[in-house]
Amino acid sequence: MLATMPDVQTDRDKGSYSPPAVVAQLQRVSKVFGEVQALRNLDFSVRAGELLALLGPNGAGKTTAVKLFLGLMRPTAGTVSVLGGNPVHAEVRTRIGAMLQVAKVPETLRVREHIDLFSSYYPRPLPQDETLAIAGLQEIKNRPFGELSGGQKQRVLFALALCGDPDILFLDEPTVGLDVEARRGLWEQIRKLVARGKTILLTTHYLEEADALADRVAVINRGEIIAEGTPSEIKAKTCGRRIRCFSSLAIETLRAFPGVADVRMDRDAYEIRVAEAEPVLRELLRRDSTVHGIEVVGAGLEEAFLALTQNGSSGPQTPGRQ
Amino acid sequence: MATAATTIHAPVLDRPFGQTLAIYAKEAKFEFLTRLRLRVFSLSTIGFPVMFYILFGLVLNGREAAVDGTHFATYLIATFGTFGVMGASLFGTAAGLATERGLGWLQVKRASPMPPFAYFAAKVVMSMIFSAAVVLSLFALGVTLGGVHLTAMQATKLLSILVLGSLPFCAMGLAIGYFAGPTSAAPIIQLFYLPLSVCSGLWVPLMLLPKVLQKLAHFLPPYHLAQLALGVVGAGQQESAWSHWAVLIGFTLICLGVARIGFQRDEGKTYG
Repeated sequence: MLATMPDVQTDRDKGSYSPPAVVAQLQRVSKVFGEVQALRNLDFSVRAGELLALLGPNGAGKTTAVKLFLGLMRPTAGTVSVLGGNPVHAEVRTRIGAMLQVAKVPETLRVREHIDLFSSYYPRPLPQDETLAIAGLQEIKNRPFGELSGGQKQRVLFALALCGDPDILFLDEPTVGLDVEARRGLWEQIRKLVARGKTILLTTHYLEEADALADRVAVINRGEIIAEGTPSEIKAKTCGRRIRCFSSLAIETLRAFPGVADVRMDRDAYEIRVAEAEPVLRELLRRDSTVHGIEVVGAGLEEAFLALTQNGSSGPQTPGRQ
Repeated sequence: MATAATTIHAPVLDRPFGQTLAIYAKEAKFEFLTRLRLRVFSLSTIGFPVMFYILFGLVLNGREAAVDGTHFATYLIATFGTFGVMGASLFGTAAGLATERGLGWLQVKRASPMPPFAYFAAKVVMSMIFSAAVVLSLFALGVTLGGVHLTAMQATKLLSILVLGSLPFCAMGLAIGYFAGPTSAAPIIQLFYLPLSVCSGLWVPLMLLPKVLQKLAHFLPPYHLAQLALGVVGAGQQESAWSHWAVLIGFTLICLGVARIGFQRDEGKTYG
């Protein structure tokens, strides 16, 4: 609670670059459910105006983190602060929007009725037409919730999160279970909110989603943040590149090259996963004059993510944690 | 660290009273609409008591049938009225609460700045509206087809007692809703609803039941509500009305206590 201001101060003291203020923060937060440690000593903050993606596999602790931010749970240890206050208080909640995973929403209420009700909870809600427009619901505003498609249902829940014109939104797996088209549609709407200057924390286990939307990504696994940075930083911090080539060298030789993480055969070609491409390419060209068909591609966030989560919370490949 | 008990009071917001009132009203309105449009609920809540009343009160017995000097169709308005109120209140609160609690919707509402009591109040108000609808339907049937004579005073008193009598069963519903899962809520309600109704003399007048059941009935809350209702049409057991009210109030408080334990247990699990 108290940490918000000093944090801003420290950032300003750095001089030339001052990142935006911290608006939501978990400080040394642990959460234990019976025998299960859902979060371990988590330190994690969201800055004003950014879209931060909390990326991790199922059971990593993403939803727990969101529920702590929303005041729906209390930490076993540590401090949670949102907008300088405790999220269990309604005055803080009037500035927060939340989209949670819900198995069943009252189905007989119409879209506009759901929005009407949730808007009434907030002191200064958006005009209903604006909420409908941002979430792309004008066409279906009179439809009962139960008659909507999966994508439309998610958009209604999204509308409920934004209708109160909150400063910060927590979106827990907003596109889970949606097809590609519906997912991209929701991404567009999330981008509209970012353009309005909202701060957003979004959880996802879709790497593509974090890559497409986030200013910053925090990778969480087994209740710990194991990497943090821009999407490209995350990729660069792990086995960042993939070299594809035809070579007469033996696979063992290639594996022994400095900087090579892994080599596999793909039909007749080699696929070499490397941290940095250039030193490996120089070595390759020097050792094998017949090498041809060289392609270098950036490894996807998928690979970065796999590498990060497989290595767990120890070893050199957990760059985000110092 | 605030305890779970204070959590519900903690989110005090500087919200104008008028706006808070508007939220309560809107919450109740949409809760009512949700249930009204849910045909399984609206049709069975009103349909079952009406159907049984037609069967037992109008079809199987003649217009003139009487029991202990009381017109049968009139007697059964009071008891099936109690039966209907119980159903509307138990299903109205418990089923919705168990589902919304178990399947995540209540959490979405709790994450918003909704005043927490608005949620419960809406369920109670909705149950009372459905209770009134059941009782008025029985009046209409009894007067038009059953040869029932009710003075305006009697009708008003009967309606008021029965609608007020919804409260103990709403409290019971909240208690069940906090301990039942989304799928088990309805069977659990049935487990209480039907035996309690029969043993309290709501289906078959008490004096036609075995002596053991007549004694047992005194321990059952629906019996006491039915006696208050029967008192209005001059067919009660001649016990003091205050004893009936006392039992109902006591029962309400016990149920609210149980619901509170469930609420706190929930807070401990999800918010604690």
